[in-house]
Amino acid sequence: MAIPSYATRGERIWHYVFLGMCALIFLFLVGPLLIIIPLSFNAQPYFTFTQEMLTFDPAGYSLRWYEDFFTSRAWLHAIKNSFIIGIASTILATILGTVAALGLSSRHMPARSAIMALLISPMIVPLIISAAAMFFFFSKVNLAQTYLGVILAHTALGIPFVVITVTATLSSFDTTLIKAAHSLGANPTRTFFKVVLPLVTPGVVSGALFAFITSFDEVVVVLFIAGPEQRTMPIQMWSGIREQISPTILAVATMLVLLSMLMLTTLELLRRRSERLRGVSPE
Amino acid sequence: MSGSPASPLTTADGVPLKVSLRRAVRRSKLKAFLLVSPLLLFLVVAFVMPIFEMLWRSVDNPEVSTHLSRTVDALEGWGRETLPGEEAYAALAEDLREGQQARNLGLLSSRLNYEKAGMRSTITRTARSLGTLEPPYKEALIEANANWGDLDTWKLIERESTPLTLSYYLAAVDRQLTPDGEIVRAPESQRLHVNLFWRTLWMSLVITGLTLLLGYPVAFLLASLPLRYSNLLMILVLLPFWTSLLVRTTTWIAILQSQGVLNDMMVAIGVIADEARWQMIHNKTGTIVAMTHILLPFMILPLYSVMKTIPPSYMRAARSLGGRPFLCFRRVYFPLTIPGIAAGGILVFILSIGYYITPALVGGQSGRFITNYIAYHMQTSLNWGLAAAIASILLFVVVVFYLVFNRLIGVDKVKLG
Repeated sequence: MAIPSYATRGERIWHYVFLGMCALIFLFLVGPLLIIIPLSFNAQPYFTFTQEMLTFDPAGYSLRWYEDFFTSRAWLHAIKNSFIIGIASTILATILGTVAALGLSSRHMPARSAIMALLISPMIVPLIISAAAMFFFFSKVNLAQTYLGVILAHTALGIPFVVITVTATLSSFDTTLIKAAHSLGANPTRTFFKVVLPLVTPGVVSGALFAFITSFDEVVVVLFIAGPEQRTMPIQMWSGIREQISPTILAVATMLVLLSMLMLTTLELLRRRSERLRGVSPE
Repeated sequence: MSGSPASPLTTADGVPLKVSLRRAVRRSKLKAFLLVSPLLLFLVVAFVMPIFEMLWRSVDNPEVSTHLSRTVDALEGWGRETLPGEEAYAALAEDLREGQQARNLGLLSSRLNYEKAGMRSTITRTARSLGTLEPPYKEALIEANANWGDLDTWKLIERESTPLTLSYYLAAVDRQLTPDGEIVRAPESQRLHVNLFWRTLWMSLVITGLTLLLGYPVAFLLASLPLRYSNLLMILVLLPFWTSLLVRTTTWIAILQSQGVLNDMMVAIGVIADEARWQMIHNKTGTIVAMTHILLPFMILPLYSVMKTIPPSYMRAARSLGGRPFLCFRRVYFPLTIPGIAAGGILVFILSIGYYITPALVGGQSGRFITNYIAYHMQTSLNWGLAAAIASILLFVVVVFYLVFNRLIGVDKVKLG
C-alpha cells in the first residue's frame, strides 16, 4: 500500500497513523498468544513475570510446569482421550462430509440450499444448546457417558467444516478434466484415483483438520455428555482454570499454541499445493 | 435439423431425446441425493432429533398426570370454588402412598415446587406421615400439612394435570401463573432471565461493534497490500483463529487479573498505585475484551474477502474527479464494503449471543450471559424444563439471524481461513 505521489502532507501523516493503528490491532491479536509462552517457564507459581524473569536470571525460569504435565496421570489420560475422540470423529466426519459434498456439488442436487443450511447448522447453533439437547437425547438412548456418544456428538459438530471446505474445493474443480481423462482412455476408477483425488485431497485434508481441531478444542458438549472416564484435555483445562489455577495450564496452553502454528503451516502448504496443481500461480 | 418436423429427435437407440434427457436428469438427481443421504440421516439422528427432544422437554408436563393420576381423575368436574371432597383426598393419599413405595415422588415434588414454593416439603412430609393417616383423609391430610387445606394447591394440581405446559416458558421470561390462571410478573427478587437476555443482546452488540471497529482497518490493510505481504500478515489473523479457545481465555486471565501482567506493568511504570489495581476480569470488561479478541477473526475474514473484490481504480477515479479522501471513502469505498460488514456483523453477533465458555470463565457476576443460566439450570438447579425453555428461546433468536444471514449472504459462501 504505497502512498500515491499526489498525496498531501495531511494524507501522509494519516497514512502512518493508520499503519500504526493496524500494528496495534495486530499486537492485540497475537500478543496475548505470545505472552503465555515465556510465562509458562516461570519458576514460581504465578501468572505474571517475576523480578528474576525480567532480569533474565536463569533461576527465574524452569520447566517444572512441563514436568508437572508429563508426570500427571490425569493430564495424560485426558490427552489420550482427546486424541481418541478427535481422530475417531474426524474420520467419521470426513467420510460422511466428503461423500455428501460430492452429491451437493452436483448440478442436479434437489433442495440444495435447504439441505446445505441444515448441514451447516451444527456450526451456528450455540454449543450450549447442542450440548443440552444431546444430553437429553443421548441419556435416553444410553449413549451418555460413553466414548461412542462423545464421538458421535463431535462428528456432528465437525461435519459443517468438512462440508464447507470440500464443496468449496469441488466448486472450483474443472469437470472437463474428467472427460479429458475418459477420452484419453482411462476407466472411471483410474480417473478417480489419478485425476479427481489428487485435486480434491487438499480440500479434504483441510476439512479434516478443521474437524479435528473442533473436536480437540470442544468443552461444552463433553462437559454435558461425557462421564469422568471420557475427560478430555479441554475439560481438564476448564476445571483447572475454574478450580485450582496452576501454571501447568500455561504449559499446556503453550503447547497448544505450537500445535496451532503447526496446523496453520500445514494448511498453508496444502493451499499452495492445491493452487499449483490447478495451475493458479500466486501472482 | 433436417428430417420432417413431425418426428421428434431421438437418441441412437430410438428413444425421444426429451425422454432420454429427463431420465438422465432424474438419475443424476437420485445419485446426488443418495450421496448426501448418509450424512443427512446421521445429522437427523445425532443433531436434529436431540434438538426436537429439547423443544419437547420445554413443554412436556408428565409429572402430575402420571404420579397423581387418581387425584386428577377425582378432580374431574370439580368446581374450583371450594376445597374438593373426601374422594379427592383419599385418591391423593393413595397416589402418595404408591409414589412413596415406588420412590418416585421426587420428580413430582420438584415439579410442583417450581410453581408454588414449599410444595416439595409438603409432599415429602406428608408422604412420611402416610402410615399413621386414618380416614377421613380430608381432615387427616389438612391436619398433616396446612397446604392441603389451601385452595390454591388444588387449583395448581388441576392446572398442571395437562400433558403440555407453558409454565417453563413463562418462567423463562420471568412471568408466572396465578392460581386463577392469570399471567403476572414474577416477584422482583426472582426476575433475572429477561435482564440476562437483554444483557446478552446488548453485550453482543458491543462486541460486534468493537470487532468491526478493529477489524475494518486490518481488513482494509490486508486487501490493499500486495499478496506477498498480505499472506504473511494474514497468518497473524489466522493464528488466533486456530488457537484453542481455552488458551485464548486463559491468556486473558493471565493478562487482566489484578496480579496479572497488565496491572503489574501499570504499577511498575507508575500509572496506578499498587493498592488501586484495575479490576478488569470477572466482570463485563473481562468478557468484552476476551470475546472481542476471540471473535475478531470472524469479522476480518468476511470483510477481507469482500474488500479484495473492490478494484483499487474506483478510489483513484473518485480522487481524480476531485473528491477529498474522506468523501471518496465515504461515498465510494464504504458502500461497497457493506455486504462484508453485514456478513461479518451477523456472524459475530450469532456466535457471541451463544457463547458460554468465555463468559463463564472471565465474566464473574456482571459479565454473565443467558447461556450461563442454561448451564446453571442444567447442572445445578436441575430444572431441565426451564433450561430447555431458555435454550429454545435463544435457539429461536439464533435461527432468525441465521436465516437472515442465509438470505443475505448464503451459507455456502462462508469461507474458512
